[in-house]
Amino acid sequence: MKKINRENKVRNYHQAKWDEPIIFELHNSGERGVSLPKVESEIVDSVGDGLSVLPASLIRKSAPKLPEISQNRVLRHYLRLSQEMLGGALNVEIGQGTCTIKYSPKVNEEIASSPKMTELHPLQDESTVQGTLEITHKLDLCLREISGMDYFSFQPGSGTQSLFTMASIVRAYHESKGEGEQRNEIITTIFSHPSQAATAAVKGYKIITLYPDKDGFPDLEKLKEVVSDRTAGFVVANPEDTGIYNTRIKEFTKVVHEAGGICYYDQANANGLLGITRAKEAGFDMCFFNLHKTFSTPHACGGPATGALGVAEKLKEFLPGPIVEKQGDQYMLKSDMKHSIGKVRSFQGVPQMIIRAYAWIRALGEEGLKDVAEIAVLNNNYLYHHILKIRGASAPYIKGQRLEQVRYSWEQLTRETGVTTDDISRRMADFAHQYWTSHHPYVVPEPFTLEPTESTSKSDLDEYIASLTYIANEAYENPEKVKNAPYNSSIHRVDEQDFFENPEKWAVTWRSYLKKCKEIEKIRS
Amino acid sequence: MKETKKIAHPYIPNTVPEIKEQMLKEIGVKTVEELFAGIPEELRYRGTMNIPKALSEYELRRYMDGLLSKNTSTTEYLNFLGAGCWNHFIPAVCDEINSRAEFVTGYAGDPYEDHGRFQALFEYQSLMAELVDMDVVNVPTFDWAQAASTSIRMATRITNRTDVLLPKTISPDRLKVIRNYCSPYINVSLIDYKEDTGQIDLDDLESKLSANTAAVYFENPSYLGFLETQGEQISKLAKKNGAITIVGVDPSSLGILEPPSHYGAEIVCGDLQPLGMHMNYGGGQSGFIATHDDIKFVQEYPSRLFGIAPTVVEGEYGFGDVYYDRTSFAQRENGKESVGTQTALWGITAGVYLSLLGPEGMYELGKTILQKSQYAMQQIGSIPNVVASRFESTSFKEFVVDFSYTGKSVKEINKYLLDNKIFGGKDLSEDFPELQQSALFCVTEIHTKEDIDQLVSVIKQCINEK
Repeated sequence: MKKINRENKVRNYHQAKWDEPIIFELHNSGERGVSLPKVESEIVDSVGDGLSVLPASLIRKSAPKLPEISQNRVLRHYLRLSQEMLGGALNVEIGQGTCTIKYSPKVNEEIASSPKMTELHPLQDESTVQGTLEITHKLDLCLREISGMDYFSFQPGSGTQSLFTMASIVRAYHESKGEGEQRNEIITTIFSHPSQAATAAVKGYKIITLYPDKDGFPDLEKLKEVVSDRTAGFVVANPEDTGIYNTRIKEFTKVVHEAGGICYYDQANANGLLGITRAKEAGFDMCFFNLHKTFSTPHACGGPATGALGVAEKLKEFLPGPIVEKQGDQYMLKSDMKHSIGKVRSFQGVPQMIIRAYAWIRALGEEGLKDVAEIAVLNNNYLYHHILKIRGASAPYIKGQRLEQVRYSWEQLTRETGVTTDDISRRMADFAHQYWTSHHPYVVPEPFTLEPTESTSKSDLDEYIASLTYIANEAYENPEKVKNAPYNSSIHRVDEQDFFENPEKWAVTWRSYLKKCKEIEKIRS
Repeated sequence: MKETKKIAHPYIPNTVPEIKEQMLKEIGVKTVEELFAGIPEELRYRGTMNIPKALSEYELRRYMDGLLSKNTSTTEYLNFLGAGCWNHFIPAVCDEINSRAEFVTGYAGDPYEDHGRFQALFEYQSLMAELVDMDVVNVPTFDWAQAASTSIRMATRITNRTDVLLPKTISPDRLKVIRNYCSPYINVSLIDYKEDTGQIDLDDLESKLSANTAAVYFENPSYLGFLETQGEQISKLAKKNGAITIVGVDPSSLGILEPPSHYGAEIVCGDLQPLGMHMNYGGGQSGFIATHDDIKFVQEYPSRLFGIAPTVVEGEYGFGDVYYDRTSFAQRENGKESVGTQTALWGITAGVYLSLLGPEGMYELGKTILQKSQYAMQQIGSIPNVVASRFESTSFKEFVVDFSYTGKSVKEINKYLLDNKIFGGKDLSEDFPELQQSALFCVTEIHTKEDIDQLVSVIKQCINEK
């Protein structure tokens, strides 16, 4: 036998490339993907074809131009598309920093797929959904322990919707004190998620943004300058996107409270904090956890999801309804909160995620949750230690003090090679890695944000480090190679020049693409 | 006896003590605790959280199944509840695709490594566009309520006006979401309906339209199930006043019913849940928004819009974000509303569903629902003292049954039905007191004649019981 050389540290990878047509191109007239339940002849005898009762003006004149495709061909098409993407189960998603892509356990998928869950109607009598209500209540109790908050609502369908709900509660709270008009400002920080500022603006607030001081902490002196009797609230993440824990957070909440504002905490990602430090002790009145981040429910390409919202007692009466309460040994839905903001999402939110998150907590137990935080922070610091050794990479602001994630910079590498963080992003796809830069604006120059979570092994981390090192070296030796990436992905570099920003050329749908191609051909001929 | 070693947790590889030690050593610290040194002691939680010890996978499964067994699902009882979440047939291929690990655990990757996700969502947008006959559809938002709320805000920005008019027959919960999303600067007023037909009262609409009206929103079918037949007149009235017409629609009706864009809607929205999503106790909801490809409208979407583009290699389809600068991802508080995680997986599923059914399937679906719901109405309406439907308008899959003349309340009837393993219609007596003791029943393609006859027979028994 010849020993096969496996010493290569970067993966010799090629993504699936199916060159799959757009689904409309699979159309074959007369084919059909699924058969539907029949109408019994007695029903036809009683009511006829059903259509005769329709007002003529409402009957559809021309059928929708959907493709006609047999079942196996539809299945095959979508299976092929699924092969042309990664996802946290298939891949190590260190590169989607701030998104906390951890392992979503398979057993939780099985549990949540029970017809005892999937086939529940949201308006069923409470007596027939006691299991789901009990699980909801039990998750509430766990999250109270983790956060120190007094009550949780699971209605918001994401972190963004939870932030919106909190901004709504802030407004309702001040209105209840007669200060709704006067308190018209919300303070946030630049390294917090854009949705903090955006959702508060939807509620009509003027946004004040704090920038970091030289160490990367939000500027406390600036906060003292901007708080006033116009301050409605302060919203922040901690750690922020930089991964730096703001050691003076309690002073921030104190300053805002003294001015009469509400402090709400973006804990979308609380992965480095479980059992380590809590919202309550830091002085927050509300917080939320994304169950799809810290609590392992799958990200589902971007939802469905849950942003579990916790409040201190004084804000309970402002929550959207219904909330679950235990009375005796029965679980009830309660909607009569005195100052409730109403609703933010239909029914009771996304209950199948509540079940998964609760199952995850029970699979870890108290000790395991602390392990999650410790190992997530250990993994991140290991990665941080090694990334800083890569030529051209740095992590701006204070040295050390990173918890679960870090925002790095290629400022030096870009200056020296002309290769940008966006180029590196595309090149990382050639090695099966996700890689995320940052939201806009880029405060850190040529940014990239990594978050390994507790799910990665040391060898996963080593592979990621090796790939980044390889690409950084390549940038110095052969910058064009990086700039023209990707090569081993399902597709090559997209022509972004014109097709996404020019209304004459963009096409959000296939029909629009066909029309615009025709128009362009007409112009050319 | 061998000493018990701490077992590495199956979900946390680096809990292996030797590896942990090695990593700490490389970093140059002695304990993990040192990594938390930046957190002030007064903020350190030193207690023990009241969370039970870890369960093994088998124990967990058994425990969770035990909790869920306390539920009774619609596979065990007959279900006639709708009211915003509907019991439809789910093709197996929809479940297969939306439980693929790649789709389930994908998130926010770029158009290269996540090409498949971009294509699947672009295809969803394109398929939905055919159903509503419009050129732009968004990556889905949370639910119908959010889609309506955002459509309304889009209209206020387009017209630079602040008032919106909604029908009084709207779902009370949807109205709550809209009111909260619109407050404090958008004024929401309700338009009366005709008592006998449920149709929008055009006189009332006309009297409420003003130079401040940004949009007139109505639904087809309405929350109470009947079809609004005056779409064209409503949108003409709106247009005359410079207002935008927004129509909320049930997509399962669009194989047989005209899409709202054909009677003047400029923004169309609704819920995707009927297109392949399990009810999941309300977790299957997903909102869509559609418009024409007019920059005035496109620039107001807060959502991501995936577009198609060539790559540097001839013959390849590539994808990316259209007009990204609109979004809060790009502009924070200066973007249009906000964007983030919503319900993308349900968009992909709806795409699969529409591909499976095709135009014929969507036609058959609509027709079957109409036939079965009409049969149910006919049979329920034949029970003495029971009126079905309460409104003299055509219904699609839901209809109002008035029990006011039976001497029994909806609550009593529903209790009796529940005791006989039937989830009866949604009780409307609190939300619509003018309808007295009425309930909203839902019949779809999944109901058999036997199911409907069973419902009718139990209602009869209930009413006849002293």
